[in-house]
Formats: sequence, C-alpha cells, structure tokens
Amino acid sequence: MWTFFHKLGSPPWLYAIAGVVLRWLLPITLIALVGGMIWGVLFTAPDFRQGNSYRIIYVHVPAAVVALAGYYVMAIAGAVSLIWRIKMADVVMKAAAPVGAALAFIALFTGAVWGKPTWGTWWVWDARITSMLILLFLYLGVIALYEAFDNKEAAGKACAVLSLVGMVNIPIIYKSVDWWYSLHQPASIKFTGESTIDPSMLYPLLLMIAAFYALFTCCLLMNMRAELLQRESRTQWVKKIAAKEGKR
Amino acid sequence: MSLSAAGTPLLTAQSLGLVRGGRELFCELSVEVHGGQLWHIEGPNGAGKTSLLRILCGLSRYGFEGEVLRSVTPLYLGHQPAVKALLSPRENLQWHVSGEGLYRDERIDIALGRVGLCGYEDVPSHTLSAGQHRRVNLARLFLSSARLWLLDEPFTAIDQQGVNETQSLLASHVDGGGAVVMTSHQSLQVKCKVHTLSLRHGVIA
Amino acid sequence: MSAPHTGQFCVLLLRRQLLLAMRRPIDIANPLLFFTMVIVLFPLGLGPAPDKLASFAPGVLWITALLSNLLTSDAVFRSDFDDGSLEQLILAPQPLFLSALAYISAHWLTTGLLLALLSPVFALMLNLPGSALITLVVSLLLGTAVLSLLGGIGAALTVGLKRGGMLISLLILPLYMPVLIFGSAAVQAAVTGAPSGPYLAILGAMLSLAIALAPLAIAAGLRISIDA
Repeated sequence: MWTFFHKLGSPPWLYAIAGVVLRWLLPITLIALVGGMIWGVLFTAPDFRQGNSYRIIYVHVPAAVVALAGYYVMAIAGAVSLIWRIKMADVVMKAAAPVGAALAFIALFTGAVWGKPTWGTWWVWDARITSMLILLFLYLGVIALYEAFDNKEAAGKACAVLSLVGMVNIPIIYKSVDWWYSLHQPASIKFTGESTIDPSMLYPLLLMIAAFYALFTCCLLMNMRAELLQRESRTQWVKKIAAKEGKR
Repeated sequence: MSLSAAGTPLLTAQSLGLVRGGRELFCELSVEVHGGQLWHIEGPNGAGKTSLLRILCGLSRYGFEGEVLRSVTPLYLGHQPAVKALLSPRENLQWHVSGEGLYRDERIDIALGRVGLCGYEDVPSHTLSAGQHRRVNLARLFLSSARLWLLDEPFTAIDQQGVNETQSLLASHVDGGGAVVMTSHQSLQVKCKVHTLSLRHGVIA
Repeated sequence: MSAPHTGQFCVLLLRRQLLLAMRRPIDIANPLLFFTMVIVLFPLGLGPAPDKLASFAPGVLWITALLSNLLTSDAVFRSDFDDGSLEQLILAPQPLFLSALAYISAHWLTTGLLLALLSPVFALMLNLPGSALITLVVSLLLGTAVLSLLGGIGAALTVGLKRGGMLISLLILPLYMPVLIFGSAAVQAAVTGAPSGPYLAILGAMLSLAIALAPLAIAAGLRISIDA
C-alpha cells in the first residue's frame, strides 16, 4: 500500500501507468460515446412535448454532471497536494482544470442551444444554468490563478487552496441559486423534471454519463502526461522518450 | 568559545538541496548551528544565499530537498526592513508584527539610540532615508531576546560606523551564548570565530 | 521579555491596522466615496422614476456595497507584503490564522461597518421604503463581514503577484454570489413586508462558517504567496 503511494509520486511511473490505462480506456470511451449517441438519437422515441430537441440532453446532462464531479476531483487532488505534499497531485489538479472548464462550457452551450426551441430564447436565468455558469467562473479563476504565478510550484499550492475554498462553497452556491430561482421564478417557464424521464430515455442517458466520466478520465490522463513531460523536460527519462519518439 | 557545540543545536539543517531554474544551487548541505557560533554564508550573487536563509528561517517550506529543525524561534531580518512609512520609528517597534514582545518605551528609546536614531523617535518614517529604515530594523536586535538570529545582508545601506557597531553587537550576542547566521558581501571583522559557509562550491570551510 | 499571548497579539495587530488606517483617512473615505458615486450612476442610467428606483434599490445597494468591498480587499495585505512586514508576521510564534482574522476585522471595521452605517442615506436617495432601512443595515453588517473574509482569501492568494487587482475579482466574485443573493433578498423581503429574519439568519450562518474556515485559507494563502 505504502509503496503504491510512493510510486504515485514518481513521474516516470505515473507517466507509464497513465499510458497503459489510456491504451484500454480510450477505445472503450469512444465506443461508449458513439454507441450512446446512436442509441439516444436513433433508437428512442421523441418526447411528447419537446419533440426531438430534447435529445440534446444526451450531451448536456452528462457534461453538466461530469463538470461538477471534475471540480471535486480537482479539489481533492489539491487537498492531497497540500496535506501529503505529493507533487503529482499538483499535476492532476493542473490537468483537471481545463477539462472541467471545457465540460462546463459544453453544458452551458448545449443548454443555450436547447433553450432556443424549448423556451424561445437562448438564455434564461434558470437555477441550473446559473449554477453551471458560476461553476465555470470557479474553474476559470483556478486557471487564471495558476497562469498568474511565475513559480509553478507556488501556483499549484495556491490553486489547491482556491479549489478547496471553491469546494466548500459549491454546495452553498448551488443551494442559494436554487433558492434564488424559486423566489423569482417567472410563471411562464416550466422545467421538465428529470425524475419524470421515461426509462427508455434514461438508459442511454446513463450510458452517456458513464461515457463522459470515461472521457473526462482520458482527457485528464492525456493532459497529465503532457504536463509531466513539460515539467520533467530536463530529466533523463523524458529525454529517453523524446529520443524514442524522434526515431519513429 | 566556551559555549560552542554543547547541548542541542539551535538549528539543524540536514542534506539541503535546492534547484532553481534547472541550476543546482546547493546540494547535500548539512549544518548544525549551536549557541555561541557565528555563521557567515558567502557566495556571489545568485548563489542561493537568500534562498538558503529563507529555508533556514522557515519562510520557504517546499521546493527544496532535506529538512530543517529549529529548537528556538529565530529572529529573521530580511531584505525588506518591515518599516511602515506611516508610523514613527518608535511606533514601528511598539507595533511590530513579529509577535516577539511588547516593549516599553524606555527600552525602545535606548535601542533607537544605539542605532543612532536619537531624536528621530517620533518623526514619521517616510521622512527617513533608506539607511535609517534599515537602522530601525536593526534596533530590533537590541530589543530581541531570541537566541538565534538569521540576518540577510544586515549591512546594506548602513554607513561604516554603523557596520562596525553592528558587528560588535553580533560578537557580544555570540559571546552571550546566542547564535548568528548571516549573509553578507562584506568580510566580517568581529572578535569571535567566524564559521564560513561558502555556497560557491557547496562546501563548508 | 516573553512573547505576547495570542489574544494580546491579535488585539495589538487590530489596533495597529486601525492606527495605520487612521493615519491615512483618505483610504477609509475612498470606498465610501466610490459607493456614493456608483449609487448616483443608477438613477442616471435607469431614469429617475421613484417607483422604478425603489424596486431596484435593494439589488443596487447590495451590488454597490459588494463592489466597493471588492476594490478594497486587494490592499489588505499588499503594503505589508511590499515592506516586508508580512514575512515577520508569518514567522511570529502566534498562530497565523488568528493574526489574519485580526487583519480582516480591521478591514471590516474600516470598510463594511462604515458602509453599512452610511447606507440608509443612500437608501433614501433611491427611494427605498423606510421600513426596510433597519434590515438593510443589519444585512450589510453581516454580509460585508462575510465579504471581507472571502476577499481576504483572494488577497492572500494574489498578494505576491504584481497584477493582482483584476485577478482577485475573478477569484472571489463567484464566492460573493450567495451573500449577494441572501443580502438583497433580505432587503427585498423587508420592502414587501415579509419577515426578513430567516434571510438574516442565513447570512449569520454564512458569517459563522466564514469566520471558522476563511482564516485558515487566508493563512495558507499568505504562506504560499510569501514563498513564491
């Protein structure tokens, strides 16, 4: 157990193991994504109220779910980095931020696209959309803070503190935005609750959520490998890899 | 040197190593600082003197190899004098953020007198020169009861007479069983043995 | 000469920060002037119709208070960082998170408190009903304290950076949002005659949580910034 943690702290080992995981996970992810999309788009009935436009939930909901989970991945990596001083946790955190931000952006974008046929407007100040927007801001804050530091080690620690602060705040933000929305909710907008979703629509959705988790993991690992190569560019093992890649 | 090397060291550094910008500044640097010792860290600009001192006092907590143990709270004087322009020299010492002690006015006046700031106690510090700011900072050495002093270039912007007085203060602190670790580009003329830590080659002379 | 107790030291720091603020009164006046001027912008932008202003007043007052708090947050640790005092504070034997709390308290006393006490004047200018004034003051008293604590986190994380001003808003504005929601809701409730107590209670809960956790984050942020 202890040696496992010790190995986690070793960049070449992490680089190699991430490569092995990616070799298997990447094809599985792609199959699940394509399969889930085909299932969701072609083999489910249209919604009786929204017609075919509801099918965007097969991207929108998974992106939103994983964007939120991604923040927790980032914050927990930050906590590990601060408490146990494992440098590789910094790498995980640095790698998770842009992926999570991209997912939050996808969730917002698809939400806007979905909103046009459903509500007749690109943007409504709906509780979930607003929360997702704030989540995107939190991600952007972490990324901006990281970029602002010249000393990348300090940048990692500062971002770890910030993402932990964000993690404590996310439930508060979500609850208060929910509450704010219920106070100001205009009567004309009705939101279809997910609890009423038909099982035939739910299963492809669950598959897509799983696929997005896998996609997040793949992007995280690839990002981590790139970050590791950059950080360790002066070391022997990176030079060896560079030489090998150069010959190919 | 009757008190040297006796008892537990005030400061222990074990196999310190620091890499900055891909350059190794020092490695496997171990040092034990005991009461009654004066250590002079020397080396050219960029050799890592300030970085080493910041590691020793605890301001740098990561990014280096090795371990530092402090058995006492050190007094650290850095590049910046920590003097507030809006406060007078006396207030600066009265309200100091180092959390060392609540000093009485008489003691502060004596300390300011010793660093040649007699008559300047109550003028706003923004009217003082850079060297006088450094002197206000040096006055803390007269007030402090800390046994271990970590001084980063204490003679910068101080005139020759001030340098001599400070050096004799360092010597008397060491004679009294205290310890000093300092960086300086000037050679020290003190009446006690100087241990030199040269970062040029990473060896202890 | 023994080191002062933690409590003594915190009081010393608090008094020191207040003394420094008193020595440069313009720094205390600036956020208040800013508050005043931004309030004046709203009637110019929205039109002077009294009922329209009254309906926007809770939000306007709260957003303006939030912005003036944000603008002053950057300076909490900045001058101490520049002159080296922050290094000394970090090396002090007393726990840093309590020292940080003393700094934040001083910041709140010189910004949020004064702003809350002055706010009824501007509320009347915006035609806010008199019945909501007490709620406005109490919500600002509680809310600006939370804002000061959150702002301190941003200040601690960016104090070592040359261009911290813009960045700090990006970092802490998302964290300010719940305070804004409940603060303006409390005033809104008071305007409509609904009980505002629950909202104030939630602000109080946020303040308790922030007092407990923010100083730890601030202390961690300061140590990181001084080490960068």
